[in-house]
Amino acid sequence: MTVAVDQSPAASIRLKAGRRGRRLDSNIVSYLEALPLTLILGAFLLLPILMIAVVSFWDYDFASMYPDFLTMNYVETLGSWVTWKTYLNTLKFALLVWMITLIAGFWVAYFLAFHIRSSAMQMVLFLVCTVPFLTSNIIRMISWIPVLGRNGLVNSTLIEMGLIPAPIEWLLYSDFAVVLAMVHLYTLFMVTPIFNTLMRIDRSLVEAARDAGASGWQVLTNVILPLAKPGMAIGTIFVVTLVMADFSTVQVMSGGQSASVALMMKNQMSLLQYPAAAANAVVLLALVLLMVAGILRVVDIRKEL
Amino acid sequence: MSHEKRTLEFYVLALFFALFVLFLYGPLSAILILSFQGPNGGLTFPLNGVSFHWFANLFEKQAVGDFGGSFRRSFVLGLMVMVVTVVVSLLAGLAFRQKFIGATPLFYLSVASLVVPSIIISLGIGVVFQQLGLKPAWYSSAFGAHLTWTLPFGVLIMFAVFNRFSPSYEEAARDLGASSWQTFAHVVLPMIAPSLIGVGLFGFTLSYDEFARTLMAAGTYNTLPLEIYGMTTNVTTPVLYALGTVTTLFSFLVIAGTLGAIVYVGRRRARS
Repeated sequence: MTVAVDQSPAASIRLKAGRRGRRLDSNIVSYLEALPLTLILGAFLLLPILMIAVVSFWDYDFASMYPDFLTMNYVETLGSWVTWKTYLNTLKFALLVWMITLIAGFWVAYFLAFHIRSSAMQMVLFLVCTVPFLTSNIIRMISWIPVLGRNGLVNSTLIEMGLIPAPIEWLLYSDFAVVLAMVHLYTLFMVTPIFNTLMRIDRSLVEAARDAGASGWQVLTNVILPLAKPGMAIGTIFVVTLVMADFSTVQVMSGGQSASVALMMKNQMSLLQYPAAAANAVVLLALVLLMVAGILRVVDIRKEL
Repeated sequence: MSHEKRTLEFYVLALFFALFVLFLYGPLSAILILSFQGPNGGLTFPLNGVSFHWFANLFEKQAVGDFGGSFRRSFVLGLMVMVVTVVVSLLAGLAFRQKFIGATPLFYLSVASLVVPSIIISLGIGVVFQQLGLKPAWYSSAFGAHLTWTLPFGVLIMFAVFNRFSPSYEEAARDLGASSWQTFAHVVLPMIAPSLIGVGLFGFTLSYDEFARTLMAAGTYNTLPLEIYGMTTNVTTPVLYALGTVTTLFSFLVIAGTLGAIVYVGRRRARS
């Protein structure tokens, strides 16, 4: 139902453009308008990815790489137990962060959309959530160090309260710290799309459900949650792809004790093993695109904007 | 929305929301406080006196690498990215209002730009420049790398804006005899101005804070986030926090300024 309403303005634009009878004219204008975007994405997205695919078959030594057609880089990458463990570890991070951000993000968005009554207050609180996202990721990561460290805020508070005899070691430089920092960095990517979908839910649907005798919980599970699915899907795309691509959070927050695919690539790059990194990049890209394609089966992004 | 009384659900969720905000801002305020650490203080609480020592330390060139230079580069790069993002996203948004061959692939290419892991783009651009015999630099390769991150946001925002934009305003302008350019400049542009300012804010801040895509594409001279990223491994004094405080305050200033501009534009439109 919402879908039909959403489509109509775009459809009517197209209809009227056709009716005006300057089809060819306006077509040329559209191509010119789309040209800069096409050129930039072609040069800095498509070409580099094609280049990576090509280079992944090249030979290399400690100094440079040589055009060739070898499958060695793939055999070495996929044949190594370390690679598989690293992929599993990355997927573990993705799964944990996804579950936590989905649950936390939904409740935050739900609170903003359904419990804040004035739209001015809604905007203010939404901005409060958005502002940290517009500041530096690395600074936000580092800011956990004085909180979680051995002599950090959490440990010293717990010791003062007499709850623990010695500092907890696994708060910082551990998988726990990595997941916590990622949730801190990426939850907003879940809140925004869910908030967007919740705001478009017709409030009379909720009232109709209430009038029909549904309890608050039933309204939530039978009306709101199903309608929030597209927002959750878009948020999931953001969070999963960001976690799969992450190397800095894993490096800084695990103190070098944990690994991710991107971090493995980064290490290969600093050793100038570009073809090996390229082979890894192709595998990672294929995996990420498969995941996104899977999620896109649930949701049509163009309808949700 | 006609519940008269706040329910228990409201209070539980309000508490959850408050905790979430604390979770977002708590650690940031910790480094804000610790950046005023005394000269003998360390990376954690307690404060060992209060001083501006670490802020002064920031401006001694040898102490933390090239803070001034990297800030200048990041600032200029942010402005370049902002201008190009606003113009290109606006043009693409206008293009998507009509049907044209390749519209769907171009749309999905923009989405792909968001989901392709940033380190892959970084590596790819680095290798392309190397193979073409070009020297990577912050104003060429890193500039392009940043655009692959900011443009999809801009395009998606413009797409959403024009999805909700009623063509009747333009038709009214045309019926009154306005040319296409007049219709665009006097009717469409003022109406979408706040969104364009928002796209500009995204363009600037995303570029100013970006480092994963810059990693292999920055060339000889670092941008500010790369400088900070390097510092995380070898700097063990609160000067790191001082730098964090300065750049975060700068980001806050940019955001506040932009919001001010949006409110100002909105008010002026309401008055006229």
